Amino acid sequence: MSSAITDFGHHDAHGEPRGLLRWLTTTNHKDIGILYMLFGLTMFLLGGFFAELIRGQLIHPANHLLTPELYNQVITLHGLVMVFGALMPVTAGFANYLVPLMIGAPDMALPRLNNWGFWLLPPAAIVLVLPFVLKLIGIGNGPVDTGWTMYAPLSVQGGPGVDFAIFAIFLLGASSLMASINIVVTIFNLRAPGMTLMQMPLFVWSWLMTSFLLIAVFPALIAGSAMLLADRHFGTHFFSAAGGGDPVLWEHLFWFFGHPEVYILLFPTAGIMSHILPTFARKPVFGYRAQVYSYWAIAALSVVVWAHHMFTSGMPVAGQLYFMYSTMLISVPLGVLFFCWMGTIWQGALSFETPMLFALGYIVLFGIGGLTGLVLADAVADQQYHNSFFLVAHFHYALFGGPIMGVIAGVYYWLPKMTGRMYSERLGKWHFWLTMIGFNITFMSQFFLGVAGMPRRIPDYALQFAPLNMVSSLGAFLLGASQLLLVYNIARAAAGYGKPATNEVWDGAQGLEFTLPSPPPHHTFEEQPVVT
Amino acid sequence: MIKQRKLILGSTCLTLVPQLAFARNPFEFQTPVTPIARETLYVHDLFLTIIAVLFSVGFGFLLFSVIRYRASRGHRPALFSAPRTPLQWALSALPILTLVVIDYIVMGIPAYHAVLTLANTREDAALVVKVTGSQWRWRYDYPDQGISFISNLSTSQEQRDSGAPTDPNYLLEVDKPLVLPVGKKVRVLLTSTDVIHAWWIPSFGIKQDAVPGFLRETWVKIDRPGIYRGQCAELGGGGHGFMPIVVEAKAQPDFDKWLADAQTAAAQAAAVTTLSKPELLKRGQQDYATYCALCHQPTGLACRAPFRRSLAASRSPRRRP
Ligand code: HEM
Ligand SMILES: [Cu+2]
Ligand SMILES: [Cu+2]
Repeated sequence: MSSAITDFGHHDAHGEPRGLLRWLTTTNHKDIGILYMLFGLTMFLLGGFFAELIRGQLIHPANHLLTPELYNQVITLHGLVMVFGALMPVTAGFANYLVPLMIGAPDMALPRLNNWGFWLLPPAAIVLVLPFVLKLIGIGNGPVDTGWTMYAPLSVQGGPGVDFAIFAIFLLGASSLMASINIVVTIFNLRAPGMTLMQMPLFVWSWLMTSFLLIAVFPALIAGSAMLLADRHFGTHFFSAAGGGDPVLWEHLFWFFGHPEVYILLFPTAGIMSHILPTFARKPVFGYRAQVYSYWAIAALSVVVWAHHMFTSGMPVAGQLYFMYSTMLISVPLGVLFFCWMGTIWQGALSFETPMLFALGYIVLFGIGGLTGLVLADAVADQQYHNSFFLVAHFHYALFGGPIMGVIAGVYYWLPKMTGRMYSERLGKWHFWLTMIGFNITFMSQFFLGVAGMPRRIPDYALQFAPLNMVSSLGAFLLGASQLLLVYNIARAAAGYGKPATNEVWDGAQGLEFTLPSPPPHHTFEEQPVVT
Repeated sequence: MIKQRKLILGSTCLTLVPQLAFARNPFEFQTPVTPIARETLYVHDLFLTIIAVLFSVGFGFLLFSVIRYRASRGHRPALFSAPRTPLQWALSALPILTLVVIDYIVMGIPAYHAVLTLANTREDAALVVKVTGSQWRWRYDYPDQGISFISNLSTSQEQRDSGAPTDPNYLLEVDKPLVLPVGKKVRVLLTSTDVIHAWWIPSFGIKQDAVPGFLRETWVKIDRPGIYRGQCAELGGGGHGFMPIVVEAKAQPDFDKWLADAQTAAAQAAAVTTLSKPELLKRGQQDYATYCALCHQPTGLACRAPFRRSLAASRSPRRRP
């Protein structure tokens, strides 16, 4: 850690600990935000490493890079690490760092809880990945290998890796709930005088909705995991027909959490879009109210559409129809969001710094993700798409094209604010273009693979799928390698190299955080700003 | 700026060129041979066209803005933050209303029809077959005909170890395919003995989970004789990638003949009550080859890829019945 990050104009007047102890005990929202983000970045690299292993195995048929068992473990860890380790923490980091600055609060409302919330994460990640490391040195039979969806009875049958994963989910759940409660309390209680709810920056709104969703649905996953643990070790039969249970019950519990989860990942970056686009279009946000109402609508709908992930599980007709039509409805508020983003840049005065490039890339890639989602909503056509590579392509356009692109845009946008240094614009542009090219090569080919009939989660495949898999793997190597540019750019600014950033950073940047110095002092808004 | 445009063009080409290497339309499913598959293909083509149009319109607006409203070209930003005039409101409502119409009329009506058609498994069904998934093979039963057999992957180990397989049906070949008549509605019941599997044959447009302890159902009515291949589509452990599905569709007379032969063979097998030792050994060897050899080598020690865990040293995962 460089002095540029650790110092932040900090004063020691009240004798706070230094060094490692400072980071372990910190209750400062900026410190905790940075911890979250660094943790997320580490997990992003780990998840990326797993991804490259997957594509390495699939580069040609009859490849023996990974055994089938190891392959299943790697795909499972890839999914869990990316969703719970990379994306959720990194967006929580943005929330911790930015929400108090944006609403003019001195800190989060519950600082001690904030510290606990973060420090549950590293143990969770260790618990999840430990069996993998142990296996490498010959101990045990590896981590969870059921796919991130952990369907019963496969997960009932699995080895101790599943128990580790369940325990990790408990820790992650507790952490997410603490962070969410903290954010809700902060937003409701610590806004600067004069800032009504409908004047809050959209990023704050987006995290309010994210927190509500997390509080509403994470308990379902925790309960489900506890039931799974009981089935595995305490002789219950929630998920086994032999004892009067039903394996499909797990699918319901998982997706009741799992579908809203995709919006939990998405929302914060939808909020980020409405900060970046106006700045670089030099024009106010278009349709502020419409966006807030869309967040509400998406959040509400997202908890009642979960079984569109289960069209092939054998649902009765009424269920198929209900989940199909309700899923289609989500496209309406999502369409409103897209319309507002386009409206924001329409007739603006656009410039194309790296954050803007990533924001525009987000609109394009996430657009493809959303549109293909509409196709998946058809219950019968879904028989062809479900668990094929078409589905894999869909959710990577939706999750990388959306949240990851949005997070990267946000990193470039606020990095100068957080470190006080500009990143290298030239490398940023390279990063953008290589990411776009690598991403599309990797995942466009997977749409075609799915349509041609290739199932997901298989370690070896028939020969007609060989050429496109080769293409996809090469794309993935390019995509993976180009993310190192991001790491370099972050490290460079954090180490104190690069042009110093001004308070405003970007001409035309709006928001309370841009009234503060870059980097902002350790304690901000000791005197409350008044919003008029 | 020229550079950026070149990059866009370049990247588009890069993603499209490999597709051109294929004779078939990369957007098309495998050739449909059942009513459901045809309906699905129709819906798929329709949807892809619609979303391609929606994407092009959206992308067109984006490209237009990016080119037209550049700060570097001295464009002055407008200041509006919401629609103001009735016309602007109407223009804003238009895309949203279009979306609703697409969702519920253009896509919703054919989808409704397809759901009802797929759910109608019983009417006019001429034959019932039962499909049972197990780690990691399929078992097929013809309950009314008294026939049942197990269908195992038959791709040779040499091919799988080769690193450069040449078998055109690599990983898509089984020892005993499911045999079905063409032109008849076949009701398919599915279940599983261990974890959830899914029975997927792309040219039938059918993918149905096989859930342990429950019966699921679906149906097929195959147009023409041929061999149709698919794979398990629900992760079910280490051998999940190695449980293909092969269906051989025969014209009715051929099917009847196959059925008669299979029934005779089944009757013969049932008639044998006492077996001599050599016969028993032969039986055992057959059973070993069908059921056990997929995971266990004859030595009982080392297991071949993909199941490297050895029997002797195994901390094998707990199995629940
Ligand atoms: C209009 C918007 C969307 C619709 C209608 C939609 C629809 C669907 C449907 C029906 C499925 C299940 C398909 C199947 O299992 O066969 C699915 C899967 C998925 N979607 Fe979307 N989706 C949309 C947007 C999104 C967004 C915004 C995200 C994430 C930010 C997302 C992430 C996912 C993921 C992760 C899966 C698959 C998970 C798995 O099986 O492992 N989708 N989507
Ligand atoms: Cu969903
Ligand atoms: Cu299976």
